[in-house]
Amino acid sequence: MDQLSSRTKWLLTGLALMITAFHLIPFYILITTSLKKAGDFTSKWAFPSNFDTENFALAWEQANLGNAFINTAIITVFAAVLLIFFGSMAAYALARRTTKLNKYVYMLFVGVMVIPPLTALVPLYRLVVDFGMMNTHLVAILNNVAAFMPLTIFLYAGFIRSTIPKELEEAAKIDGASTLGVFFKIVFPLLKPITATVLIISSVYIWNDYQFAIFFLQDSSVQTLTVALAGFFGQNSSQLNLVAAAALMASLPMVIVFLFLQRYFIEGLAAGSVKG
Amino acid sequence: MAGTLTKASEKTKTKSRKMKKSRRESSLWWMYLPSVLIVVLFIIYPFLDGIRISFTNWNGFSQTYDYIGLDQYKRMFADPDTWLVVKNTLLYGIGSTILQNIAGLGYALLLNHNLKVRSFTRTIIYLPVIISPLIMGYIWYFFFAFQGGALNDIFLLFGKDPINALGNPAVNPYIIVFVNTFQFVGIAMIIYLAGLQSISKDYYEAANIDGATGWQKFKNITIPLLMPSITINMVLNIIGGLKLFDVIVALTNGGPGNASQSMSTFMYNLYFARQDAGYAATQGVLMAIIILIISMAALLYFKRKEVEA
Repeated sequence: MDQLSSRTKWLLTGLALMITAFHLIPFYILITTSLKKAGDFTSKWAFPSNFDTENFALAWEQANLGNAFINTAIITVFAAVLLIFFGSMAAYALARRTTKLNKYVYMLFVGVMVIPPLTALVPLYRLVVDFGMMNTHLVAILNNVAAFMPLTIFLYAGFIRSTIPKELEEAAKIDGASTLGVFFKIVFPLLKPITATVLIISSVYIWNDYQFAIFFLQDSSVQTLTVALAGFFGQNSSQLNLVAAAALMASLPMVIVFLFLQRYFIEGLAAGSVKG
Repeated sequence: MAGTLTKASEKTKTKSRKMKKSRRESSLWWMYLPSVLIVVLFIIYPFLDGIRISFTNWNGFSQTYDYIGLDQYKRMFADPDTWLVVKNTLLYGIGSTILQNIAGLGYALLLNHNLKVRSFTRTIIYLPVIISPLIMGYIWYFFFAFQGGALNDIFLLFGKDPINALGNPAVNPYIIVFVNTFQFVGIAMIIYLAGLQSISKDYYEAANIDGATGWQKFKNITIPLLMPSITINMVLNIIGGLKLFDVIVALTNGGPGNASQSMSTFMYNLYFARQDAGYAATQGVLMAIIILIISMAALLYFKRKEVEA
């Protein structure tokens, strides 16, 4: 890399540590708040002298977080699987067969990306009510699949065009394999890197979704983590320690996944941006 | 399952062969049919139907409503809230974009050096990206809250009166910009880092031989060669900022009054709290037009810069 004098290096290291400390502030406050007892009005900056994990048990129960975790996981897993299955298949046809129809369809998908999803809210809500899909996992799954499909197809199509050699498929075709057979047995395994990127981007977004979940999942039995948390905050805005405990528990799974798979999160984004 | 799918694919093959004997290529349309259907049903159809509803006085639940022509549009342009909300939305979009890019580029330049703390710092800065914006909003609420917030704990320590930053309409839109920036600056940083690492060192070595200063190298080498990353970041940030919703709900809920409302939260309130679906749809059309114009303008502007560079 670069040649820095050791003095500059120390200065820059100090600067980096100060920035890191600044970025840790809200998390530190979150942790101290979540550990304080209900009547504890000491400064949020002071670490509580006697720990209270009671908040976590209370918040877990009252916000119905266990149920919310299951709902969020179901919606995220099914939506991500459907996105990868249908998205990769669609991108394959669109990238490999450049018929006029396919060019139009591809343009349609790219064009949809600029529509802000919320502008479709009013009629979409009506549609969901008419189909009897209010308060079902299905509506959240399908809605997230729709919202992410254009980006998924865009990423897969770019990857297929630039990195998958056509000769492989042609050889398999001669051996008598069907189009689907060729796609799933030969092409799909080669898409692994971009599948990882799609999986990470879409899962994080779907797991954290609030905008749509709040419209379609209002019943407590189907609430996701964000909806449950927003409701809990509404009821306990004076008991910040409980809300903090709930917020901490709700974010922890993604944080743990991120810390273990960091490389994929960051590399996928970096690779996508340089290519795109 | 596999058998029927194979048969189906053979059927399409023979069909297309019959239709266009000269062209061997079929569109394989059945492979993207499910994706097209779901996007049409959940995005395109509701979007177009929203335009139709914007010409009605529908309240959101009754079976009947009237077409009232351009009345909702006249109402929208006469409504002072519209301009307040558009102003806020632009502030969230443009303010976050400027801050995220300055901070993101600064962080990237710093972490492009071979420091021991590099990957740790990068991890911490990126961490909020994977947390729900709603939760991030609550986390900062604990900091800015009037009662029991960490900021006021500092004020109290120095014997000052606590401030109600989130309830002050002169301040709270800027807090929202700050929180949105804090959350997503990690993405800008990673994109800039990737861009910086793709710049060949030869340019800098040549510049060193010519005796260029640090600033000259930054202005004449780094920035021009970073233009593709700048384009991506500008467009991503501005679209994200203009659509802002969750953070506002968590921090101010659009208040006091409509003071910190964005177009997204305003629309949501019109539809659900005020049962004014026709008007909500009209606001939706305005939002779509504004986002479309700004994001296209940003894309074209920065793409042109890329070509020049």
